[in-house]
Amino acid sequence: MPDMAVELAVELVSPEEVSYSGAAEMVIVRTAEEGDIAFQAGHVPFLGVLATWSVDVLRAGGERDSFAVHRGFVEVSHNKVTILSDVSEAAGEIDVSRAEKARDRAGGALKADPDDAAALEALERAELRLRVAASASA
Amino acid sequence: MPGGKERELRRRINSIGSTKKITRAMELIAATRVVKAMQRANAARPYARLITGVIEDLAAGGAEADHPLLRQRAQVRNVGFIVITGDRGLAGAYNSSVIRAAERQLMGHVSEGKGYSLCCVGRKSAGYFRFRNYRIADAAAGFSDNPSYDDARRIAETVSGWFLSEAVDQVELIYTEFVSMGTQRVVVRRFLPLVDTEMMAQQGSGTDRGSSFEFEPSPQAVLEALLPRYTEARLYGALLDAAASEHASRQRAMKAATDNAEELITKLSRAMNQARQDAITTEIMEIVGGAEALGGDSRGEAESQPDALSAGVQAPVAAAAGSHPV
Repeated sequence: MPDMAVELAVELVSPEEVSYSGAAEMVIVRTAEEGDIAFQAGHVPFLGVLATWSVDVLRAGGERDSFAVHRGFVEVSHNKVTILSDVSEAAGEIDVSRAEKARDRAGGALKADPDDAAALEALERAELRLRVAASASA
Repeated sequence: MPGGKERELRRRINSIGSTKKITRAMELIAATRVVKAMQRANAARPYARLITGVIEDLAAGGAEADHPLLRQRAQVRNVGFIVITGDRGLAGAYNSSVIRAAERQLMGHVSEGKGYSLCCVGRKSAGYFRFRNYRIADAAAGFSDNPSYDDARRIAETVSGWFLSEAVDQVELIYTEFVSMGTQRVVVRRFLPLVDTEMMAQQGSGTDRGSSFEFEPSPQAVLEALLPRYTEARLYGALLDAAASEHASRQRAMKAATDNAEELITKLSRAMNQARQDAITTEIMEIVGGAEALGGDSRGEAESQPDALSAGVQAPVAAAAGSHPV
């Protein structure tokens, strides 16, 4: 590959800490309105609002790290990808049984009140966690 | 009675000794917590820095600085105050200096005929203002020594809500800034409207540094999503600073208390030793005096009853020894 030398510097930053920092060939995120977008080295400066969805970091050699990201932003400039988010969890850190419980609880709340925005958000978060955890173990 | 004074002093020394143990323990606990709090404050810095950077890029990229959170009100009728203190005392002047600064601010605005909304963070400020019959619009407590981002978000949402619903036209944030281990100072910062970002936006619109940015969905939409996060991050930073300051103040206060206790113990021990010595001297004087008095008597009686002399001298000594309190 011609661009082996040029890599993206990736940082996942939450208010509490820098939760991940490393180099990658490609970063795939999903923005709030437009859909999936992948960044490689040399991408034009970009600033976007992220959906409650996964962020996939593809490292050289085909390794892949998945993160569940809630309420985030992505900024790309000068081959540096910064993901700012309230919560970002690596696939390995996700507590599956807790996420399942949260999903069931939120599902129950939604059955009682289909307009419950908080429950809808909770459901979205729990499903994302489960999906990211499943993709990592697969 | 001299023996009573000695006992009294010994009791006080023991009690000060146990106080000293407690203050020493609190000092050590605060010392470890202040290190942790500083680490947390440092770990939170990248996010605050990056989010400010993103706002600068946005401003440079042409987002208009026309968000409700940025808008200055022409007339300020009501002022909101966020007062950040600790949940517990025994931290020297930490709580009282924040409260004093807050009350001064509040009185200043009230004397100009403005209304106020008070958000008390930490039990100490809530207690103070409630006792003095101030109207407390919102109170949050229970996390002053270890605040989480969720705590910051809750408070920021509440207060931003006041601002957006025009219940208040301006919000001041009063907390203790952690400058270093040795220096913490009480500061009053404008929390809303966000003056810093407005300034940044105005400066940014002149340059074309970020004009090549692509925005999704649009600069305005990104800004809209970002500004609440920015207020939360600022409040979170203030909470972390306040927590580190609280622990540092407590460590200092407890160190002073421990030193004080040591000094008191030395002083009281000396007084106690002196009292004991006095008691012993008095007793010896009594014995000698008694012996002499009896000796004089027996000498007088010796002429009539010479065989009672030896028994007469021994008896008072035995009686004195028996009355010794120890």
